[in-house]
Parts: sequence; structure tokens; C-alpha cells
Amino acid sequence: MSNARTSQEIFEREFLELRSKLLELAASFDRMQRGPGEPDQRARLVALGLDILRDDNGDKAARIQVLFSREYSPDWRVEFGI
Amino acid sequence: MYYIDPHIHMVSRTTDDYETLARMGCVALSEPAFWAGFDRSSADGFRDYFRQLTEVEPARAAQFGIQHYTWLCINAKEAENVELSREVIAMIPEFINCPNVLGIGEIGLNKNTPNEATVFMDHLDLAARLGQLILIHTPHLEDKLQGTRMILDMLQSDSRLQPERILVDHVEEHTIKHVLDGGFWAGMTLYPVTKCTPQRAADMIEIYGTERLCVNSAGDWGPSKPTAVPDFMIELRRRGHSESVIRQVVYDNPLTFFRQSANFQFREPLDLDTALA
Ligand SMILES: [Zn+2]
Repeated sequence: MSNARTSQEIFEREFLELRSKLLELAASFDRMQRGPGEPDQRARLVALGLDILRDDNGDKAARIQVLFSREYSPDWRVEFGI
Repeated sequence: MYYIDPHIHMVSRTTDDYETLARMGCVALSEPAFWAGFDRSSADGFRDYFRQLTEVEPARAAQFGIQHYTWLCINAKEAENVELSREVIAMIPEFINCPNVLGIGEIGLNKNTPNEATVFMDHLDLAARLGQLILIHTPHLEDKLQGTRMILDMLQSDSRLQPERILVDHVEEHTIKHVLDGGFWAGMTLYPVTKCTPQRAADMIEIYGTERLCVNSAGDWGPSKPTAVPDFMIELRRRGHSESVIRQVVYDNPLTFFRQSANFQFREPLDLDTALA
């Protein structure tokens, strides 16, 4: 389905929301940094997710979903013994 | 505009919620059998639940002019208990001819375990033998992609099943294409915490079009918003989409899917208008 809105129109509508989401992320990172110790390995996934936001490719939502997904094995029935 | 919520758990909602849905334009809904917020201790617990779905809720909905339909099964969460599941599956034929039953659902996977897969295939066999429509629950978060692909694998390896008679629910950006490419119907669930927002659902409509896509609120025991479908309609309207596009997703599509069930005797509010004129 064609979306008649231009990038600028979308940006105009979402600018304040984008700004606010960035601030939420920034504040989460600050909070973790203020706490003692280190977060577990999932923090690595979050870092990779930020890379996806920054790269030049599309399908960012789908790629972030896949990043946080367990892998599918076509041989799952064999592994399950069914 | 009238709309239909194809997936909402009204047993966990108040009567006031029915009234709010009616005020928002909801004229029909379908309620899949699901987890009750706790594990039931026996098959009789499910017998009572099936009575609630086939007798109590339709009457509660009718008070507000909403047509209530339902689906029967033992959900994926309780399907870990295979023995109990088989007792419940054996009881389903007793209820399958109740006038508001559309088929078997919401069956699926939760943690993608061997027991869940076994019980899922038992349900598929029941649906195939009884010629019933199927409504499918896909798992959440990190289990969704793996579980959805396992489910599609099981559906596609049973030659008795027709994809156009199956709706795979809770699709998101990474699973929607797998489902639509298989010829199945897909449902997007608008859920505040773990699933999809009205904005992301609107994005998927813009990317994949309106064919074989529905939206629902889930409205269950967890944090959820029973009026999420109208939120989605407003989002499409704000983006400048036509009323006919909105209507196709929230009204025409559920009707087309449900009409494949002989039990779906929907009375169109528009027809009622003409009848009264
Ligand atoms: Zn559900």
C-alpha cells in the first residue's frame, strides 16, 4: 500500500516522540551506569540493537526482533524425538 | 464506523467493558479459549469454562447488541500436561455444535516444548476430522520466531488443512511475512507490554497491504486495553488512510474469515438499518 506522506511530514509529526524516546534510552543507560556491577550478556544484544538503529539499511524493526529471537532449527522434530 | 474484535477474552473483562466496546462501535467479537490466569486442576474445570464461553458470555454481550462467538481448546500454557490435554480434547465434540462456536483455538505454542507440540498436533487432528476453522496463538518475545516457524511447519505438513481456513495470531514484524506467504490469515495483537502498538500495526498494513490481515486487542488477564482496535483505526485515519482501507481490516476481513464457519450467522448492523427503514 502506498503511503502518501513524505519523510518530512512523518518526521514533523514524530520529532518530539523521537526526542523523548532518545531521552528515555539515555536515562536508562545513566541509571545502569550509576548502579554498582555490570548487567548480564543481554546488554550485548541491546548494543547490537543500537547498531541496527544507526546503520543505513531498512527493516530495522524486523531486524531488532530477530536479534532478540531464539533460532529456529528445521530439524526441530528430530531434536524433540517426535 | 462499526468494527469486529476477532480476539478478545471477555471472561476477564467487566460488563462495563462490554458497554464501552458497544459505544466504540464493536458489533461482534470472537473469544478464543485461553489460560484463566491460573492452571485448572481437572477437565471439569474446562467443562465449566466451555459453558461460560458458549452460554454466559453470549448472553452478557447480547445485552449491548454485541454478537459473541468463541473457539474451543486447551491453551498452550496448560498443554504441558498431555494427559489433561487429551481429556479436554476428547470433551470438545460435546460443545462444538453450540451456535456460537467458530472452531478450534487458540491453540499453539508457549515455550516451544515437545509436549506443547504434541498437544498442538492433537488439536490439528481434531480440527481436520471435524472440518473446523483454526485460530492460532504464537508465543511471545524471544520464543515467537522459533515457535511461529514450528507451528507453520506442523500446519504445512498436514495435507488435510487449508491455509485460508487458519488464522495465525500475534504476528509481528519478523513473523508476518512467513504467515502471509504461507497463504494463512494473520492477526496483529495490540498489547501494551509484550506485543505490538497501534502505530507498528499501521506500519505493517502500509508494508503488507490489507489482504488476510486482522487486528485485535486480546483484552485478557494481563495488562491490556479492550479498546485497542479503535486506537488502531484512529492511527490509520491520522495517517490519511481511507475509510474503506480501515473498514477492510477491522470489519470486512474478520467477516470473510469467520463466514467460512457454518455457525457464523452474523446479522450486519447495516442490514438491520435497511430492514427498519
Ligand atoms: Zn488470546
